Amino acid sequence: MISIITFLPVATVLALLLVSRGSERAVRFIALFGSLATLGFALALLFSFSPETRGFQPQLTEQWRWIQSLGVSYKVGLDGISLFLVVLAALLTPIAILSSWTSVQKRILEFHIAILLLETGMIGVFVAMDLVLFYVFWEVMLIPMYLLIGIWGSGNRIYAAVKFFLYTVAGSLLMFLAILYLHGHVARHLAPLPATFDLEVIYTVLKAHPLGSGEQLALFLAFAASFAVKVPLFPFHTWLPDAHTEAPTAGSVILAGVLLKMGTYGFLRFAIPFFPLASLEAAPWICALAIVGIIFGACMCLVQEDMKRLVAYSSVSHLGFVMLGIFAFNLRGISGGVVQMINHGISTGALFLLIGAMYERRHTRMIVEYGGVAALAPRFAVIFFITTFSSIGLPFLNGFVGEFLILQGAFEANRTQAVLATSGVVLGAVYMLVLCRRLLLGPMSNPENDHLTDLNRRELGFLIPLVLLMVALGIFSPWLTDRVTPSVEHWLDRWAQVSSSR
Amino acid sequence: MESALILIPILPFLGFLINGLLGHKMPRRAVSFFACAGPAAAAILSLLAFQQVAGGEGKAIVQSLGDWIRAGSLHVPFGLKVDHLSGVMLLVITGVGTLIHVYSLGYMRDDPGYPRFFAYLNLFMAAMLVLVLANNIVLLFLGWEGVGLCSYLLIGFWYKDLSNARAGMKAFVVNRVGDFGFVLGVFLIFVTFGTFEFDALNAGAAAKVTVSDSSTLWWIGILLFVGATGKSAQIPLYVWLPDAMAGPTPVSALIHAATMVTSGIYLLARLSGLFVASGVLPIVATIGALTALLGALIALTQTDIKKVLAYSTVSQLGYMFLGAGVGAFGVAVFHLVTHAFFKALLFLAAGAVIHSLHHEQDMRKMGGLLRKLPITATVFLVGALALSGFPLTAGFFSKDEILHETLHGGHALLYAVGFVTAILTAFYTFRQFCMVFLGEYRGSAHEGHGHHDTRGALVHHADSSEIRESPWVMLGPLVILGLLSLGGGFLDVPGFLLGAAHETQAAGVGTEAHGPDTGKLTGWILGGSAAIVGILAAFTAFQWSPGLVTRLQGTTPGKIFARLSYNKFYVDEAYDLLLVRPFSAVSLILFYLIDRALIDCVLVGGTGFFVRLTGSALRRIQTGRIPTYTVLLVAGVVGLLTIFLWAAG
Repeated sequence: MISIITFLPVATVLALLLVSRGSERAVRFIALFGSLATLGFALALLFSFSPETRGFQPQLTEQWRWIQSLGVSYKVGLDGISLFLVVLAALLTPIAILSSWTSVQKRILEFHIAILLLETGMIGVFVAMDLVLFYVFWEVMLIPMYLLIGIWGSGNRIYAAVKFFLYTVAGSLLMFLAILYLHGHVARHLAPLPATFDLEVIYTVLKAHPLGSGEQLALFLAFAASFAVKVPLFPFHTWLPDAHTEAPTAGSVILAGVLLKMGTYGFLRFAIPFFPLASLEAAPWICALAIVGIIFGACMCLVQEDMKRLVAYSSVSHLGFVMLGIFAFNLRGISGGVVQMINHGISTGALFLLIGAMYERRHTRMIVEYGGVAALAPRFAVIFFITTFSSIGLPFLNGFVGEFLILQGAFEANRTQAVLATSGVVLGAVYMLVLCRRLLLGPMSNPENDHLTDLNRRELGFLIPLVLLMVALGIFSPWLTDRVTPSVEHWLDRWAQVSSSR
Repeated sequence: MESALILIPILPFLGFLINGLLGHKMPRRAVSFFACAGPAAAAILSLLAFQQVAGGEGKAIVQSLGDWIRAGSLHVPFGLKVDHLSGVMLLVITGVGTLIHVYSLGYMRDDPGYPRFFAYLNLFMAAMLVLVLANNIVLLFLGWEGVGLCSYLLIGFWYKDLSNARAGMKAFVVNRVGDFGFVLGVFLIFVTFGTFEFDALNAGAAAKVTVSDSSTLWWIGILLFVGATGKSAQIPLYVWLPDAMAGPTPVSALIHAATMVTSGIYLLARLSGLFVASGVLPIVATIGALTALLGALIALTQTDIKKVLAYSTVSQLGYMFLGAGVGAFGVAVFHLVTHAFFKALLFLAAGAVIHSLHHEQDMRKMGGLLRKLPITATVFLVGALALSGFPLTAGFFSKDEILHETLHGGHALLYAVGFVTAILTAFYTFRQFCMVFLGEYRGSAHEGHGHHDTRGALVHHADSSEIRESPWVMLGPLVILGLLSLGGGFLDVPGFLLGAAHETQAAGVGTEAHGPDTGKLTGWILGGSAAIVGILAAFTAFQWSPGLVTRLQGTTPGKIFARLSYNKFYVDEAYDLLLVRPFSAVSLILFYLIDRALIDCVLVGGTGFFVRLTGSALRRIQTGRIPTYTVLLVAGVVGLLTIFLWAAG
C-alpha cells in the first residue's frame, strides 16, 4: 500500500511519456488523475491506520532486499508522526497541478514530470525506514525542485535555484558522512550479523550501545546541518525568501507545504532519537534559535513589500514554533509540533495559492500595486481572510490547536522560552492583518486593478477543500491528535530510556 | 434543557451561515428574517434555561459534547454550563442583542452590505454566547477570540475607507496584546491545576490545596487580568475602543457597549474564587478607578457624539472593575446589566440622531433637535439620566452599590475617585444632551458643503426642514430599552447571584459578605446629589450661561486642560512614538543589517567567495597529465579505505 502511494506518481510519469504524445490537455489530465489516485490511496491508508498504534504500524511495513552486501534494504512504514505528512504531500500535489493549469505554459510535459517525481521523493522521505533509502529520496526530491525554480520560476530564478541547491546540498553531504560513520558503529556492534541501515535496528543498537558524547555531538551537528537548512532554522533561512519568491506557485506551495517539514521531521525521526544526549545538550541553543526565528521572522514580515517574500518569512516564524515544540521533549510540545506541521502546510499552501491567483491576473507580487481588492474579488477576499485567521491561530480554525499545544508544551518545559515565543503570536496578527489591509481593504487606488476578476471555479475547486480542512481540523482536532499522540508517547518512552541511560 | 444548550449559540451561527453564504442571492425580506430569527430563538431558549436555573432547585444546567482539544492528560471539552451568573449574561446578550438586531433592520436598510452586516452580527452573537456558556477557560477563549474577530470585521465594515480598516486592525492587535497575557495565564493554570474547568479552578484556588506557593496564583490572576484589560478597554489597553466607533452604530451599541467589552468583567466574576485567592484585586480596583476617571476626563471635551459615549463606556467599565476589585463581583455584574440597558439605549438613540441627520456625527453641527426628534430626545434623556445615576434610574442603584462597597471595604481614596467621576459623568452626559437636543440647530450653517463621512459617501448637511424621526422599527427597541433603563435598577442582581453562591457553594460570586445596609441611605443621598450637581452644572454651562465655558477656557489651566482632554492626553501619540515607530524602525534595521548584510552577504556570500577561492587554488592540480591524476587517485582510495577501516574497526 505504502509503496503504491510512493511510486504511483512515477507510474504516472511513465504514462505521461507513453500516452500523452505532446497533447497539453492530455498531459495535464493524466498528471491530475495520477496525483488524485495517489491521494485516494493515501486517504484509504489514513482510514485504515489504527489510531492506537504506538510507533510504526507493523501491518503497513513493507520490506524487500535491495543491496544486500551493504546492508541496504527497501523498507517503508508509517507511524502517527509520518502518517499525516504523507497525506499532506498527496493532497498538495494535485492542488499544485491544478493551480498551474493556466499559469504554466512552457515545457508542460517536463513541468508535470518534475512535480510528480517531487511527490515520489517527498512521500519516500516520510515513509523510508532505511537510512540509505531515506537519503536517496531526500536527494531525489532536490532535483525536481531545483528545476521547478530554475525553469518555471520568475525574474531572478537562476540565482534562487542555485542558492536553494547549494544550501541543501551542503547540508546533505555532512549528513551523508554521518550516516556512513553511524553505519560503521552499527556494523561493529551487530557483528557477526550482517550490517544494516534498518531504522529500527539502528534504534535498538544505539540503545544497547550508545555512542560517546563527543561522537554524538559531531554526528548530531552533521544531521542538524541538513535539517536546519530545510526547516529553515535561523540563521540558515536566507535561501527560503529567494526560493519562494522566484518559484512558480506550484513550487511555492509544495516547498512551504511539504519540503520544510522534512527538516522538522528529520529531527524527530533521526537526529534526536539517534543522538539523544547531544540533542539534549543542543536543545537550549536550538530553542534559542527557534525563538529568534519566531520573532525575527515576524519582524521581517513587517517590512516586506513583496507578498510572497512576506509569506516566506512567516514560514520562518511558524516553523520556529514547530521546532520549539519538538525540543520541548514532552507530549504536548511534540504532538503540537506535528499538528502544526500539517496546519502550516494547509494554511501557508493556501496563502501561496491565493497570491499565485493574484499574480496570474496582475503579474506583480508587490503589495503597493493592490488595495481595495475585496470590493472587486469578494470570494478571494473571504478565503484570504479565513486563511489569514487560520495562520494567526484563531480558535475554531486549525492553527490554534497546534499553536496552543506547542506553547503549552513549551511552557511545561521552560517558562521563559514560552513567554518569548508567545510574543510571536501578537506579531503574527500584526503582519498578517497589515497585509490584509493593504491588499484587500481601503479604496481601489490602482486603476490597473479595475478589471480584476474574482476566483474562478477551478481555483475555488482547490481552495474550498483547504478552507474546509482549516475549519474541520479546528473543530475536530482530536481526530488528528488521537492518531498522533500514541506514536509520540512511544517516541518519548524510547527517548526517555536512552537519554537517561547515563 | 440539558441537551438544548448547544442550540443557543448554534441558532445565531446558522443565521451567520445562511446570510453569509446565500444572503446576496436572497430577497431582503428573507435576509431580515434569518438575521433576527437566530437571536430571537436563542433569547427564548435562554429564558427557558434561566427559568430552570433560577426557579426550583437552582441547579446549574450542563451539557458536554466531547473534546475539542485532547493530548494526553490535557482535555478541553465542549462543555457548556448555565448557572446564575451565565444565566444573567445570557438574558442580557440575547435580549439586548435581539433588540439591536431589530433596530439594525431599519438603520442598515439602505446599505449595500446588508446581508454581510447581519451575518457578522449573528456570528458575534454565537461567539458571545459560547463565551458565557463555556465551562472551561479555553472554550471561553474560543468565544473571546470569536467576538474579537467579529469586532474587527464590524469596525472595518465600511472597509473602503482605510481609516475604518485601520481602526479594526488596531482593535484586534491591542486585544492580541491582552491575549498574550491571557494565554500565558491559561498555560500557567494548566501547569498548576491540571484542568481548565472553572469550578475546579475556583475550588482549587480557594482551598489552595493544589498550590504550594501563592506567587503562582498571583501570576495567574495578573495575567488573566491583562487579558481582561484588553477586551474590556482598561488602562493601558483602552485605546482601541474609541477608534472602534468607526463601525456602524448598532455595532457600537451591541459589541462596544453592552456585551463584548464586558467580557473582562465576566471573566473576573466567573473566576471570582481564583481572583480572591490570587491577591490581585487591589490592582484591579485601582486600574478600574483610574480608568473610570480618565475616561470621564476625556469625555468632557469630545465633539463626536459617539466618541463621548465611547469614553463614557471606558469609564463605566472602570466602575465595574472597581466593583470587582473590592470583591463585590455581584455588584459589578449588576452594573454590567444596567449599563447594557442604558448604554445600548444611548448609542442607539445617538444612531437615530445620526440617521436622521444623514450621517452627521459632529455635535457642534447639531442642537435644537428636541423639537424635531421628540421621541428620540426623550429616550436619550432617559438613558442620560440613568448614566448620570439620577435617583431611582437603573444606573443610580448599580453605580451607587459599587461606591458603597468601595467605601465599605475601606478604600476611601478609590471611593473619592469614583465619587468625583460620578459628578463628571453627569456633567459630560448632559453637556452632550444640551449640545444635541437643546439650543438652536447649527447644522444648516454650511449649506451645500458636503463632506465625506466614515463610509466614504458624500454627506449633505440635512436642512432643518428635512429632519425626521426614525422609523418605528428603530424607535421600538429604543422605547423598550428606555423602560429597562428606568426600571432595571430594581432588579436585585447582586442578591440573586449571592443567593446562588450560598446555595451551590461553587461559583463564589459575591464572596464579599453582603452586610446590613448601614450607611446605604447616606450613600444614596451622596450618589444622587453627585448626579444632580453634575446635571445642574452642565445645564448652567451649556444652556443657562453659555459664556461660562468660553471664559473658563480662556484661563491658562483651562486652556491646557481642554487641550489635553480634547487630544485624549496624547496617549495614542505616545504609544505611536514609543512603541509602534521604534518597532517598525528596528524591523527595518534588522532586515537590512542582519538579514541582508550580515547573513546573506557576509556569511552566505562569504562562503561562496571562499569556495570560489578554494576552487581556483585547486584548479592548479588539474594539470591534464595522467601521472598526477594517478597519484591523486591512489591517495584518495587509500584515504577512504583508512576512514572506513577506522570507522568499522
